[in-house]
Amino acid sequence: MTDINSMLLLVVILLNFFILGSARLVACIRAVALQGALLALLPVTIHGFSIHSLGLAGGAFLFKGVLIPWLLLRAIREVRIRREVEPLISLVATLFLGAMTTVAAFLFADQLPLIHASQAGVLVPASLATMLAGFLLLMTRRKAITQVVGYLMLENGIFIFGVLLSTAMPLVVEAAILLDLLVAVFVMGIVLNHVNREFSSINIERLSALKE
Amino acid sequence: MSWLLTAVALAGLSGVPGLFMNRYGSGGERIACALIVAAALCGLGAVVQVFYDGDPLLLAWSWKIPGAAFIVRLDALAAFFLMPLCLVAAAGAIYGLTYMAQSHHPENGRQFRLFYGLVVAAVMLVVCAGNSLLFLFAWELMAVSGFFLITADDQLEEARKAGFVYLAASHTGVLALLAMFVLLEQGSGSFTFPAAGLLVAQGGSAAAIFLLGLFGFGLKAGLIPLHIWLPAAHAAAPSHASALLSGVMIKTGIYGLTRLTSFFCEIPFWWGGSLLALGALSAVFGVVLALAQHDIKRLLAYHSVENIGIIALGLGMALVGRSLGEPLLVMLGLGGALLHVVNHGLFKSLLFLSVGSVVQATGTRDLSQYGGLSKHQPLTALLFLGGAVAISGLPPFNGFISEWLIYTGVFSSAGKDVGGGIAILLIAPVLALTGALALACFVKVFGMTFLGHPRSDAVVQAKEAPALMLAPMMVLLGFCAWIGLLPQTLGPLLLKAVGDWNSAALEMPTAMPLQSLTNISVFAWVLLLTCGLLFWWLQRRRHHVVPGLGTWGCGYQLPNQRMQYSAGSFADTIVALFRFGLWTRRHGGQAGGLFPAEEHFACHTPDIVLDRAILPASSGISWLFVRLRSWVQNGLLAFYLLYIALTLIFFLLWFM
Amino acid sequence: MIVGILIHLLLLLLFAPLLAGIIARTKALFAGRRGQPVLQLYFDLLRLARKGSVISKTTTWVFAAGPVIGLVVPLIAALMLPFGTFKAPLSFDGDLILFVYLFALARFFTAAAALDTGSSFEGMGAAREVTFSCLAEPTIMFALLVLAKLSGGLSLDVLLGDHLSASWRGGSGPALGLILVCLFVVLLVENSRIPFDDPNTHLELTMIHEVMVLDHSGPAFGMILYGAALKLMVLGTLVVNLALPWATPWWALNLLLYLAGLVLLAMLIGIVESVMARLRLVRIPQVLIGTTLISVFALVLVLR
Repeated sequence: MTDINSMLLLVVILLNFFILGSARLVACIRAVALQGALLALLPVTIHGFSIHSLGLAGGAFLFKGVLIPWLLLRAIREVRIRREVEPLISLVATLFLGAMTTVAAFLFADQLPLIHASQAGVLVPASLATMLAGFLLLMTRRKAITQVVGYLMLENGIFIFGVLLSTAMPLVVEAAILLDLLVAVFVMGIVLNHVNREFSSINIERLSALKE
Repeated sequence: MSWLLTAVALAGLSGVPGLFMNRYGSGGERIACALIVAAALCGLGAVVQVFYDGDPLLLAWSWKIPGAAFIVRLDALAAFFLMPLCLVAAAGAIYGLTYMAQSHHPENGRQFRLFYGLVVAAVMLVVCAGNSLLFLFAWELMAVSGFFLITADDQLEEARKAGFVYLAASHTGVLALLAMFVLLEQGSGSFTFPAAGLLVAQGGSAAAIFLLGLFGFGLKAGLIPLHIWLPAAHAAAPSHASALLSGVMIKTGIYGLTRLTSFFCEIPFWWGGSLLALGALSAVFGVVLALAQHDIKRLLAYHSVENIGIIALGLGMALVGRSLGEPLLVMLGLGGALLHVVNHGLFKSLLFLSVGSVVQATGTRDLSQYGGLSKHQPLTALLFLGGAVAISGLPPFNGFISEWLIYTGVFSSAGKDVGGGIAILLIAPVLALTGALALACFVKVFGMTFLGHPRSDAVVQAKEAPALMLAPMMVLLGFCAWIGLLPQTLGPLLLKAVGDWNSAALEMPTAMPLQSLTNISVFAWVLLLTCGLLFWWLQRRRHHVVPGLGTWGCGYQLPNQRMQYSAGSFADTIVALFRFGLWTRRHGGQAGGLFPAEEHFACHTPDIVLDRAILPASSGISWLFVRLRSWVQNGLLAFYLLYIALTLIFFLLWFM
Repeated sequence: MIVGILIHLLLLLLFAPLLAGIIARTKALFAGRRGQPVLQLYFDLLRLARKGSVISKTTTWVFAAGPVIGLVVPLIAALMLPFGTFKAPLSFDGDLILFVYLFALARFFTAAAALDTGSSFEGMGAAREVTFSCLAEPTIMFALLVLAKLSGGLSLDVLLGDHLSASWRGGSGPALGLILVCLFVVLLVENSRIPFDDPNTHLELTMIHEVMVLDHSGPAFGMILYGAALKLMVLGTLVVNLALPWATPWWALNLLLYLAGLVLLAMLIGIVESVMARLRLVRIPQVLIGTTLISVFALVLVLR
């Protein structure tokens, strides 16, 4: 069973790299959707079939694998955003940083004071790596849509960690996070639409001019 | 021993008879050449004696200078440095007979030959010196004579500048070495070199010795960022002098580091680690800087930096192996480094000599002027190709063997759970990257120089080099092929040299990986024979060829030779990938509009350390002092009186 | 040993052109065509061997050396490589370096032969070929380091040998999975397949390998095609050995398993070529650097 888990998480990490290195917005969103969908399998593969884990898996799959990506893709279509990621630093540099944070996550995870059962696999480092990759995406991308993708990755990372504790953590916490995110996406979508209608640009660098 | 001393004397005096001869006659140069060849043969005799008898040659005479003794000691380790010296010196001397004939260079030919002989003699003494003062004496002789080789064409400003930078760098290096030898004397109690593994590396003094040595010897060897003098010097010197300097003289820096580290019985981990870091930096950036060059000799000079980097990687691995107690790493690392010293000496001088024949035939060093030379100089092209394949580390030539030894060390440490973490493992990808970049660079040089259409008129009139220039190159290529095709013959010699460095390395059956050399040899022969067979078959079918057609222009009817891919465009993608470390300057090339006007494009990559850091810094400092001087020395008498008064007061206060 | 060499060479020489046919058929299937016969490359090779050739008067002997070395290198390199459970006939400690550098030798001469024509297109192809391989080589080294670390050996025979099935099941499955991905990407780059290069078109659309061999014709071109097919099979063997480490007691079944793996790999390449577009040239270095980083990551996983 641990084998399937590590394979899953490995694909998740590969998707991190893919999202960091991809120049195409749609590909990014699809990848993060795939990541969410794969992670939705995780509660079942770790805790076996139970109502709790099935519920978690189903909810995660619906929200992260289907709903939010669909909304994002729709937003792209409606707002007619240029379909290329506009990075602040070059993609190769982002990739390098991503690799460094991933390696750092692995080294750091070994130092964490965790019980042995959770120490063994790649669960904790994968969670940290995904979170850090999400942060990196948030920091280095210019478009508002990519920011949402970054938040989604961040949430995915938290989800991995949450699965580890899901017997202890109530479903509500997870649900609340997802709900937050959903609201965020909606707000973002509405704001984007309006911003786009007013200024014909959704560059967040220009959004910062609104701060006063 | 007498072999060696005879060699030193013959080489050192080889230029002297020429000084008394007719300025336009060829007698002096023939005598000089004969003496150098004789010296080389004597030197090789000494090498054979060391390897055959197994014992180091030793000679100790007293010397009147306090602390000094004329101790000359030739062991297998030194013999590995002496071997390429003898070959390259002799080849260069014969090559010089026609390349730099006295009748064509009446004003500087005799002086050049005098210092050529002195450099050869000095390098021989450096690698055999058993006493610090003798070592320094020989080192200085080598450095100063080297200056005269670089500035042989002193009517050119470029050569004078290069010589000046070289001299400044050399003397800075010697300063560090002086301090290092003084510290070493305090540790061992005498200026005579201690035997291998006798000193204890403890405390700050050992660290200072290593750092000073790394600086002084690294400056001579040309490790980045200490390589400042190297590219310009090798580009400015006549080709056979470049061959001697690049093939042999910079290796004395490596020799110094090797000898120095052999004195200590245990090596701190950071010694090897820092050498690995410097080696990786030099290897990768040396070759990337080379790729960005257009001057063919400057390009080869940067490749020397790269190869010194590879040698440093091997040496660093051996040092790390010693501090971890892993004889296999020591054996393979040092073995690879030493073999690469020999190999680089051979193929780099081969390349410099063949480039010399190209430069002489075309009158330019600019890569973008060449093209199609293999039609005019088929033998030179073949010889250069051999050198290019060898320096790219490809089988079946010698460069592969030494890199293979280093790689094998890395992979054996990966499989055996050796400590030291990722430092050693990273050598493999660094070497792979370096190798691939070197391959790109030499495809570029070979292709742009010898293949395709001529890009300028200078090439069209080029003639093949005379036999006296080709023959020494063929000998060098022969040695390259020998090491590549029969590497197993060198295995025992390597073991002996490694034993001289660190006898603990031979305690376990380390000869195991060396047995693979026989297999490599088999593969090399099979490769050569199969390729030869297929090539022969393909050539036999040439009677089916439709004659007289040009290259297909992909439908374009009027291609001209200026449309060929140029050296700059060939390397452009790689140079762009490394732009963070190169800072290539680009001028022009912005054609626009439907009917673009005539446009020029040029790109130029200055040296990252010398041109970007040291020269701006020193011009800034000199500007500061000019300002300071104009302020202090303002010509008013009152101020000068004030200075005197201030000095007086200062001293009064001082002695109070 | 002689028998081993003969079996290896026969397998390679006879089976390799089939893979190209399978790739073409897979692509045709995806495009809704019937496609060329699976054995098309065999016919092509036979025909080319009999043909005369056109050789540009600009060229020298280097032009002929490119195809020759390109054909000989995979043949020789295959002798160091286990085919499934068939041991490598000429294996020795440290042969993995020779394996990598032999292909570098072929690249040197292929690129030199391209420059020999003096055509700007071929110069372009040569420049790209040597540039992209600079980025692929470190990946191969990292992948080999991972394998060396897991197996404790120094030869390809051991690296791709018996330890694999245990390593997959043990804790190193993720690392092996990562380097499998990396090696597959390297396979696509080195054999100039989509998304890095398009093997089916000519001129500037195909950018790398095909453009280097524009001027070759007749038997020399046949050698290039044959050499490319052999290279695909040799590098594909690396991937297949890594992905299918199972061994049964019957040698015939093992052979079938290995060949089926190769066929599957060829189909996979065909599928990748059908569903992906060629990358823009500036993106190729990014992808390759990404691959290198993944292989670094795999090394960190096994060192941990």
